[in-house]
Amino acid sequence: MKNLVVHECVTGLSFMDVKFVNAFVGSIQNVFKTMLSAEVKIGKLSVRDSGVATAEVSGIIGISGEVQGSVILSFKEDVACRIASQFAGTELNTDSADFSDAIGELANMVAGNAKKDFTGYEANISLPSVVVGHGHKVSKPTEYPMLVFPCETSLGNFSVEVSLVSNKKPAMAGAAG
Amino acid sequence: MKILIVDDSRTIRNIQKKTLNSLGHNDIDEASDGLEALTVLSQGRPDLMLVDWNMPNMDGITLIKKVRETDKSLPIIMVTTEAEKSRVVEAIKAGVNNYVVKPFTAESLSEKINQTLAKLASAT
Repeated sequence: MKNLVVHECVTGLSFMDVKFVNAFVGSIQNVFKTMLSAEVKIGKLSVRDSGVATAEVSGIIGISGEVQGSVILSFKEDVACRIASQFAGTELNTDSADFSDAIGELANMVAGNAKKDFTGYEANISLPSVVVGHGHKVSKPTEYPMLVFPCETSLGNFSVEVSLVSNKKPAMAGAAG
Repeated sequence: MKILIVDDSRTIRNIQKKTLNSLGHNDIDEASDGLEALTVLSQGRPDLMLVDWNMPNMDGITLIKKVRETDKSLPIIMVTTEAEKSRVVEAIKAGVNNYVVKPFTAESLSEKINQTLAKLASAT
């Protein structure tokens, strides 16, 4: 099922190595299963070309090195509160001191866990940033499209948006350890 | 047994504290980055330290190298999202005794803590 989704979505996409796509599918499911006991069903991926996305809560991680770009966990407020609460093991809302911390750490885990499967590429992740506010817009950091992973859980739906580019040639990347 | 948790995420520190409490460890100090950890360490040596890698002000690997300049035997477990083999090797060279990759379950963290403490107990 997981491979089928990825295969369908990447057909015709040349801006992102399929290994990055697979890395994020695995990472999202692993982080939510391990830390929240929540199964994540990932729907058909799509591409966002427009410069901005609107959301109510965003957890943002930058990636630098031989792979550059960003990872954004994008939530409606009620879903973000349920997910942050489940993760922290205590009731949180957007006014709670630990709300942004929990969302930021989830973004950190999703990006960091995916990065381990960027075989052949050296990459670093930034510290997380969290934006809370109805209808806020997150600008796309590169000229390349964002790949949108729609995520369905028992806690509510959210999306993970990933834009990654590499200036390293695939042959070199494959040869590296 | 005194344990120092070093992580910039309070959520993660709380999760680790719950795990430690369940193992019977209740004497726990916290620091939110490497610099704060050095201050805590200057006030007393813990018996075990759990350290994140990516933190503001001073990251975990820098902290561990600084600690190892003067203390070769303090048990240190790195708990981090950095899972690549090259990072694990870097951490071992810096002096960590064990390594836990986030995301982690309470069981996997408990196992690594018990494993680390048991190994050190048998060595002394």
